Amino acid sequence: MEKYCAVKKQTVKDSQDCDLCDESRSKLLPILSQIQDKKGYISDKDMQEVADKLGIHPVEVYSVVTFYSFLNSKKEGKHTIRVSNCISSIMKGSRKIVKDFEKELQIKLGQTTKDKRVTLKETSCVGMCDMAPAIMVDGELIGRVTAKKVKEIVKELKR
Amino acid sequence: MKERLERDGKVIFSDIELGSGLKKSLKIGRLEVLDTVRDSNLKGRGGAGFPTGVKWNLAATSSDSKKYIVANADEGEPGTFKDRVLLTEYPALLFEGMIIAAYAIGAERGFLYLRGEYRSFLPNLEIVLEDLRKRNMLGDNIFGNGDFNFDIEIRLGFGAYVCGEETALIESLEGNRGEPRNRPPFPVYTGYNGHPTVVNNAETLSNIAHIILKGSDWFKSIGTEKSAGSKIISVSGDCKKPGVYEVPFGTTIKKILKLVDALDVKAVVVGGASGICIGKNEFNRKLGFEDLSTGGSIIVFNEKRSLLDVVENFLEFFKEESCGQCTPCREGVPVLIDGINILRRGECDSSYLKNLLSLSETMQLASKCGLGQSAPNVFISVIDKFKKEYQLSSKKREGRVFNG
Repeated sequence: MEKYCAVKKQTVKDSQDCDLCDESRSKLLPILSQIQDKKGYISDKDMQEVADKLGIHPVEVYSVVTFYSFLNSKKEGKHTIRVSNCISSIMKGSRKIVKDFEKELQIKLGQTTKDKRVTLKETSCVGMCDMAPAIMVDGELIGRVTAKKVKEIVKELKR
Repeated sequence: MKERLERDGKVIFSDIELGSGLKKSLKIGRLEVLDTVRDSNLKGRGGAGFPTGVKWNLAATSSDSKKYIVANADEGEPGTFKDRVLLTEYPALLFEGMIIAAYAIGAERGFLYLRGEYRSFLPNLEIVLEDLRKRNMLGDNIFGNGDFNFDIEIRLGFGAYVCGEETALIESLEGNRGEPRNRPPFPVYTGYNGHPTVVNNAETLSNIAHIILKGSDWFKSIGTEKSAGSKIISVSGDCKKPGVYEVPFGTTIKKILKLVDALDVKAVVVGGASGICIGKNEFNRKLGFEDLSTGGSIIVFNEKRSLLDVVENFLEFFKEESCGQCTPCREGVPVLIDGINILRRGECDSSYLKNLLSLSETMQLASKCGLGQSAPNVFISVIDKFKKEYQLSSKKREGRVFNG
């Protein structure tokens, strides 16, 4: 199998040769992850730069960014709250938790606060059904969320 | 995050000394490892139940110089959280399983595909890997074995359920959208970057060290004839003791409900959104590949819950998570959601319901991957078995067949 290697600037025999270097296509997601961790989102310019680095078309980068729900192509709040909408969480009152967050943050689900601090979203099962209702704040999982906890979390994030 | 610390089980949660499975593997040699795993009848714990030994043998016999082993820790099925426990409490056992697999098939690189929801476990997992490198269980000349070099890299997922499907997972590793490939060719022939790749569930791999150390006969003595060993289940919903348990295959739903202290149960969904819904008269059914197969998810519903709400929630989940590549899945799910709403309003007549069931069958047959094929499962089982949950209209629906 022949493949173009963006590092060696030539066609290489086996795609494997490219696999370990930082410029191979398989490093795309780790690279995008780094950008997002740093800036909170992946801009059009970032996508162009990544595409140039990997020797692929920017549309391919865009198609990947928009496929994964944890990658953002638009600027969002500094922090993201994701409330699990899995049935186990709903049975333990996650709809109410969403309402509590909406009230505390004064935004609707899917929106970002005016001060650009917090974005409120829903997400599929986060694997915390035994501690439902569960949420994910940035990368952290939090279980057994209550109205009181919601207030504390918002206070913490707004600081 | 608090975890229940005292865990009890016959296989994965039983005691084992770190590295002892690997040591024995290197002593008995590749062929013996392959034979032991095949003889143990270990089957894939993700739910599909493909024999692990067969998968390994297929990869081992390939003459390709590059092979890969991938641990699938992308559990996304609603109600599944067993990998969370394996990754936080038994990570070294999982990695040891990967190392033994690599030795058996001749792989030099492995990946742990960790779902984005679990990224907070990443720092600790890296520490465990570093420790394994220090112990010479990873790296070059593992345990002084000159021709065995292997290392593991952790790759993150980014919130796509479909990436738990093995070919979608490989696409994701390669830096693509997580869209499933056509199978065949299977990843054991053409996987990561075109090379033979064994993708095993994290739980499957966590069995390996125990099997090698204690033997295939010991493993087969647990469970049933067709389902050897134990299953890690994650129970949630209407019960007093939700959590992760290890039970031998063959355990009845009734017994599990007792274990988690569930009262007043109307229905149990086994296998999450892509599983099936069973009622009281079926609680004697058993966990196992020959009866109730699950990736681990068991959700309990009491008498007060509306099962139509449950089905709608699952279908909304599939609508969100469908990769959109194939038509039966992408277009079928919204029609079923619409159907649920019509049913709830009592406006659905028997012939329209028949259409919905026929559409479900089409989705099961014609979808490209497991996601679409299993998306209508819970819908079908609720319609079939819980006729009290809905009322059919006697008035015939006129006009278009679908879309209400």
